[in-house]
Formats: sequence, C-alpha cells, structure tokens
Amino acid sequence: MSKNTQILLKNCHEKDQNTVAGYESRGGYKTIRKVLQIDPLKVIDTVKASGLRGRGGAGFPTGMKWSFVPRDTGKPVYLINNADESEPGTFKDRVLLEKDPHLCIEGMIIAAWALGSNHSFIYIRGEYGYPFVRINEAVKEAYKKGYLGENIFGSGFTHHMTVHRGAGAYICGEETGLIESLEGKKGQPRLKPPFPAVVGLYSCPTVVNNTETLAALPFIMENGADAYKAFGTEKSPGTKLFSASGHINKPGVYEVELGYPLLDFINKECGGVRDGKKLKAVIPGGSSVPVLRADELEGVNLDYESIKSAGSMLGSGGFIVLDETVDMVDAALNLAHFYSHESCGQCTPCREGGHWIEKIFKRLSRGSGVAGDMELVDNLCNQIAGHTICPFGEALATPAQSFMKKFPEEFKARITESLKGKSMLREYLNIDFDGH
Amino acid sequence: MTQTLPAEAEKRIEEIKKQYPDQKSAVMNALYIAQEYFGYISDEAVEWVASRVDMPPVHVREVATFYTMYYKKPVGKYHFQICRTLSCAVCGATKLTKYLHDRFKVSPSEVTEDGMWSYEEVECLGSCGTAPMIQINDIYFENLSVDKLASIIDRIETEKPDLRYSTIKDEIGGGLNGCPKSEVI
Repeated sequence: MSKNTQILLKNCHEKDQNTVAGYESRGGYKTIRKVLQIDPLKVIDTVKASGLRGRGGAGFPTGMKWSFVPRDTGKPVYLINNADESEPGTFKDRVLLEKDPHLCIEGMIIAAWALGSNHSFIYIRGEYGYPFVRINEAVKEAYKKGYLGENIFGSGFTHHMTVHRGAGAYICGEETGLIESLEGKKGQPRLKPPFPAVVGLYSCPTVVNNTETLAALPFIMENGADAYKAFGTEKSPGTKLFSASGHINKPGVYEVELGYPLLDFINKECGGVRDGKKLKAVIPGGSSVPVLRADELEGVNLDYESIKSAGSMLGSGGFIVLDETVDMVDAALNLAHFYSHESCGQCTPCREGGHWIEKIFKRLSRGSGVAGDMELVDNLCNQIAGHTICPFGEALATPAQSFMKKFPEEFKARITESLKGKSMLREYLNIDFDGH
Repeated sequence: MTQTLPAEAEKRIEEIKKQYPDQKSAVMNALYIAQEYFGYISDEAVEWVASRVDMPPVHVREVATFYTMYYKKPVGKYHFQICRTLSCAVCGATKLTKYLHDRFKVSPSEVTEDGMWSYEEVECLGSCGTAPMIQINDIYFENLSVDKLASIIDRIETEKPDLRYSTIKDEIGGGLNGCPKSEVI
C-alpha cells in the first residue's frame, strides 16, 4: 500500500503555489475549463461515483449531498466552503488555505458549476489570520485574471466568491450555525429539517462543504472517478489529510491513503512517540471522538469503517497522540472545559450539563471528588447526547464518557486516594484562570 | 449622535457590504473594523456598526458578545492569547502562561499599567502540530518554549512591530523579522 499519496498536498511545498502563475505552471485551472463544458448533472454523477465523502467530520457522501439541492426553485443556490476548522487537534484545512489556495478555489468553482451556484462563500475561522490573507489574495488574483466574476473562462458562467472571517466560535463549524453566522447573527444552529440543501443561507438552497472535500474535486474531475477510487478502500475511497499532534516526534499534516494501518502511521510517518515514552492513548479524529487505548490499536486502519469498528470515529482527522505521562482525568477536564466554553447556549442540556461535567472533573482533578461522581457524569452525558438541536451535545458527552470508560482506574483513584495537587497539565497558580 | 470613522474605514465597510446579498452579513466585518479604531467593542463602536449595517444596536451587541474575538474591554497594545486546549496543554502551554503572569505581573485579561501588555488563555487555535503556541495580536508564534517566548517579548519591546493582519495588506507583512509566518505542514 502506498503511503503519503499526494493528491491534495502534491504542490504545497512549492514557494509560488499561492499565485495563479505558480498554480497554473503545475496544471492548475486546467480542469475547470473542461468541466465548464460538461453537463452539471454529469459532474455530480462523477463525484458520486468517486465515493468522495465529506472530510469535515461527518463523512457524508458529497455527491449525494449535492443531489439534494432542488434545481427549479427560481432562488439562487449558494455554496459555502466550511473553513471554520475549530475541532481541537485539527489543522489540516489551514495548510490547504495557506499553501495551495487556488486548489480550494478551483474545487469551489467545480462544485458551483455542478450546483448551478453563482455565489459562494469561504467561511474561515477568525483566528486564521495568515490563511485568511492568503486565500483573500488568491481570490483577488483570480478575479483579476477573470477566473472569478462574469463569464469565467469564456463559458458564460458567472461566479462570485466572498471570503468571510469568523470571530472565534467553535459552533460555527456546524453547518446551520455557520449559515446563521453568515447572515449576521449569533451562530446558533437551526432545527433540521428543513435541511440547508432546501432552506439554507438567506432561505435559499445551500451546500456547505469542507475545504478538504472541495480541494479533492480538481483531481477527481481531471482523472475520473476510477482514478480516485484506485486509492483507499472500497467503502472509504481516496486519500485523507490527518493532522497529527501531541507526543510524537514529527507532528504535522499528512496525506494518507485511507486504509493505512494506524500504528504504522504513528511509528513510520509521525516518527513514533516522543522521548522513547510509551504510547498511552490516541484520539483519532478530533477531540470529540472516543479515545482509544494503546492496546486497542493493533490491526486498526485509518478509514471510516475500521476506526468505527474499533469503537471510535475518523472524524476530521485530528489525530492526537498521548503518551504515558498524561493524566487522563486532567485530559478529560481540559476537553470538558473546551466544550463547556464553546456551547452556544441554545439548548439547556448542553449549556448547563457541559458546565456541570467540567465542575465535576475539576473537583476530581483537584482531589476533592466524591463517591458517585463518575456515575453522575455518565448520567449527565446520557441526558445531553441526543437531546440537543445540533451534534454538539454528542461532541461534549463523547470524550467525557469515553475517557471514564477507557481509563476508569485513574478516575477511581482520584476519588479514593484524593491525590491533591498532583495535576500534570496545570500547575495551579494563585489566580483562577477559568473564571469560575 | 452617530460616530464617524476615518474615510478609509467608511470606504472599507461600504466595499465589504457590496460582497453580500444582505448588508446585515457584514456585521462581523464591521465589528472588526470598529475594534481596530475603538480598541474594543465600546458603546460607540456598537452604535457605529449598527448604523452602517442597518441593525438595531441590541442585535449588534448580541453578535459582539457571542464571538470571543471581539473584546468587551480594552486589551494591551500587544495581546497574548495562549492556546490551552489538549495538544498544547500536554506540550507545556501552562509554563508559558505562568511565564507571562510572572513577567507582566497582571492577571489574565488585565492590562499592564503602561497599556502595552495583556494576556488570556483561549481555546484551540488550530496550531496543534506546532504546540505550544501563542497568538500575539493577529500573528501565530509556534513551537514555543519559555526561552523562545522571553526572547520574542524582548524583541517586541525594542522593535515595536505591527502584529496585525486585520487590515488586509497587499504585501504579506507583519510579524517579527525572521519569525516564520507559518510552520505547520
């Protein structure tokens, strides 16, 4: 099995890849000229046949998502590139936006043509200052070249593109939260149905795709669905970006053929665990997926099905490696703090429950836990997951429950031994950082 | 009375509004512009934004308080945001916070007396592969150690660089000379 297959990251080390000239010198903007001659429905068929699945976390088939968009409403159709990448451990889209912005733009024009959309948006997280500058310059240059705007590539097709900067809200990565935010409101998710494909941005049909998903389109349209399916497994075709962080020798973003063995990824690609320490756990798909213990990783491959059968999810590909020095109660508290902070506040179970879980983990971590705390958290999680408007409830409950389930002895020890002040992740200062 | 900002800012918000089918969508952009001029989202800033995107001030305030990147009170000329989430935490982010606390001698979100420095802990900044890291104004400083952070602050003290990307620059500038713009790959 080939490793480090280069579909998405092929040219990202080239210094001038962020300019139109550099991008075109390596075959860029060639595919879109051909695609604009093809019937849009055939483009959707090709993407369907390629088996491409959404790379933002849910893994929903992209071609199928597109086919839900009604084509005869008389309303404009909007395309949104979801570059809000905020899941802890995930930093893959950032590389595409910084190093190969025109690949994202070409992918977006392909999707826009397939959907009959004349206006698209790139919603980029606010903290990404440098990627924002890069993608903005690329869009400006594409306009100057006539690759965006009216009658692009002489095809008669009009497409406008707006880069929108978020302002630090995790929830805006959820597609309806994103749409609310783009409309100038708080990013609180909407009840579904109706789905955005029918009633989305400004009440018009809208498709929200992840940056990485869109960046795979030029390859698929240039080489055909079969060429893409030649990579990966039968159910998880193609390649995926993994952003590896934590206790490894070579953290970074890797393009991996789906189905690649997980342990090989850690040991060969990422250079193994840092400082000769022992591997303790891996969070394979961003911090909201269940954590896997080191002894559960044998035989697991990096594809949607294999990770699912191991009890976790591929998610966004935010791959966090934890070594034996990590205190799992502190790690769970760290994530509980994140999710309680990022709850949009709309649904009571998530808003209140997230806060409770954090408080309980905090007292466990500080050695003042009481008997029944683990059961209490478990009970809270069951009340949250599935009882909220958006999947944030699950994202909040999953790490809390899985950390306790996989490392119960550490949580129990905190209750019985009352290990005061032995916190590894935080040396408590005299001030309270968390404000409560 | 409605505030007026310099012509450059007024022109910028008008240009941005044209990019959206509905001008209310420009509220987040307008808030960024207002923050640049007012320093934080003050009552005057809210009023300016409300008048420019045709929204009731209360809705503007609602948006401003929902998103963490709009400051509700003044910050230092150099505002440090330390990523505290898991990957940075296991790679030593707390040491950086402790260092800033000791060096600036203020609590998080307080500003030093000379108005120069402030810091806070924030959630994942998407720079986990280069942990631990700190965002100073708009610029990421990655793969940090306490020593590296100390020398960065020393340099900021003497060089007083412009660490903002908030105005889109044609030439990608900003940052300290020799500090890579982005290390992640």
